[in-house]
Amino acid sequence: MEFNLLRRKVNNYVILSLTFIAAAITVLPLLFIFYYTISKGITYLSLDFFINMPKPVGEVGGGMANAIVGTLILIGIGSAIGLPVGIMTGIYLADFGRNKLGKVVGFLTDVLSGIPSIVVGVVAYTLVVIPMRHFSAFAGGIALAILMIPTITRTTEEMIKLVPDSFREAGLALGIPKWKTSVNIVLRSAWKGIATGILLGLARVAGETAPLLFTALGNRFWSTKIFQPIASLTVYIYDYAKSPFSEWNQQAWTASLVLIILISLISLLFKFLTRSKYKSR
Amino acid sequence: MFYKSQLKYKSKTKKKNYFNRLVEAGNWGDLIFERLTQFFALLVFLLVILIGYEMYSGSRLSIQKFGWQFLVTSTWDPVKEIFGALPAIYGTLVSSFLALMISLPLGLGVAIFLSELSPGWLEKPLSFLTELLAGIPSVVYGLWGIFVLVPWLRISVEPFLNKHFGYLPFFRGAPYGFGMLAAALILAIMILPIISSISRDILRSVPDSQREAAFALGATRWEVIKIVLADSRSGILGATMLALGRAIGETMAVTMVIGNRALISPSLFDPGYTMASIIANEFTEASSDLYLSALIELALVLFVITIIINMAARLMVWRMDRKWETVK
Repeated sequence: MEFNLLRRKVNNYVILSLTFIAAAITVLPLLFIFYYTISKGITYLSLDFFINMPKPVGEVGGGMANAIVGTLILIGIGSAIGLPVGIMTGIYLADFGRNKLGKVVGFLTDVLSGIPSIVVGVVAYTLVVIPMRHFSAFAGGIALAILMIPTITRTTEEMIKLVPDSFREAGLALGIPKWKTSVNIVLRSAWKGIATGILLGLARVAGETAPLLFTALGNRFWSTKIFQPIASLTVYIYDYAKSPFSEWNQQAWTASLVLIILISLISLLFKFLTRSKYKSR
Repeated sequence: MFYKSQLKYKSKTKKKNYFNRLVEAGNWGDLIFERLTQFFALLVFLLVILIGYEMYSGSRLSIQKFGWQFLVTSTWDPVKEIFGALPAIYGTLVSSFLALMISLPLGLGVAIFLSELSPGWLEKPLSFLTELLAGIPSVVYGLWGIFVLVPWLRISVEPFLNKHFGYLPFFRGAPYGFGMLAAALILAIMILPIISSISRDILRSVPDSQREAAFALGATRWEVIKIVLADSRSGILGATMLALGRAIGETMAVTMVIGNRALISPSLFDPGYTMASIIANEFTEASSDLYLSALIELALVLFVITIIINMAARLMVWRMDRKWETVK
């Protein structure tokens, strides 16, 4: 009896400390990745990196102005297509979704969020690049839009459902049409939550590389044309990481640092916004 | 009279009833608003169908030429135009399952620590850190893999494993660094946040009355946790499968460290290939229609596998959500 109790207690402490070790091990790679990205990336981090163009092999310096602008343009095209579709679908699911179509679409949204990003890239290629016969920022934007739709749809739906029914009833009791109640009262109350969903979608999409490889392709030169290939930070990181030139490898680290800063800014904004009135949990 | 006319409407189809009611009320706004949002919902519906159709039609050439043989042929030779997906399927499954084997115990440990043990001041930053881990782009993981993880594996880990466990077929051969082991490790790091954060939420959803009952019977903390774990079995399985789905579709980080050779070898030191990384590497180089078609068929296979896994996973997590509703 005594022995049994002792064994149980020892067992208890051993396993509890193992979970602590697991938590420590999980944090370790994160610290490593941050340490390397910051310490290696900071070498080239200066104003030059943001305003100069990439230089040919062998020349020191140069920046990624085209890639930074390219990434922003790609996100812009993606949001221009993805946001309306995502938000409207979310409204439909929340307000009118209690029928067959609603259930099917809700399910397909989940399916869509599970599709690997490279597959989305292949689809954007067959849908846009093949008919247009060349790579383009537009094709990349389409791929990013498809990737952000599920996140935005789901958050919009959840945030609208969180708005208390009394708001809706108050509007209807005043004789305001249902759609005006939805837009002016419900959507406005849920807006902060929806904005965080949008930011989450943008953060996810900003770091995507695979769907851009054969849609936006990449560009060594300055280009802001929608129907031409365009540079992006992620594809630059990929190309520069694989290259045998240490100068380029260094710049890949800097580009990573810039990308992580961009994404952290987005998620910080997200953290800030989720402190609003209607918490999801 | 009024009631009678209403009854008449109800006997007709539901849709027409609704439409008529709106028009009678002169309420075009509501109708337009509903139809507008419905249009976008239909768009999402069509999009998923379009994705499936595009991939099927794109890979038709390859499906006709190779049939089911595509899945079991182990040659991937673009020059002779023989395409078999077996090495890629093997590489995808092995790297993903290895990654799961590493990150499942770790992720569960973190989840238990966060939901059952951790003091309040530690819990928030730790949760935040694991979420940050999920926010790092996969290409940055790949960069880190190439310049930090791979050299470390080549110089210290792989020679060590070879020296002490070299009698096992998994740890033979020259330590390149780039290979299956590197891919599995990178994947493990990447899917850890998924497993730990979903499992944490699931453990938390178990009502406290379960824990209190066990404590009241004199159970130790670990014994209580065992009960909580048993209660959340299916949810944790669902989290694991979601992570597996992510690992199978992961492209950039794996492509950058796996070595990219269509090879089936038991040794984890040897380079391999995954479905996603073949597509990423060779898509822009595909010179013939058949080549392109075979690559699109790979994407189709990947699509089907991930959909099946994700659906199963969501079903399990969803069932878990339902489970406690009556108890609460």
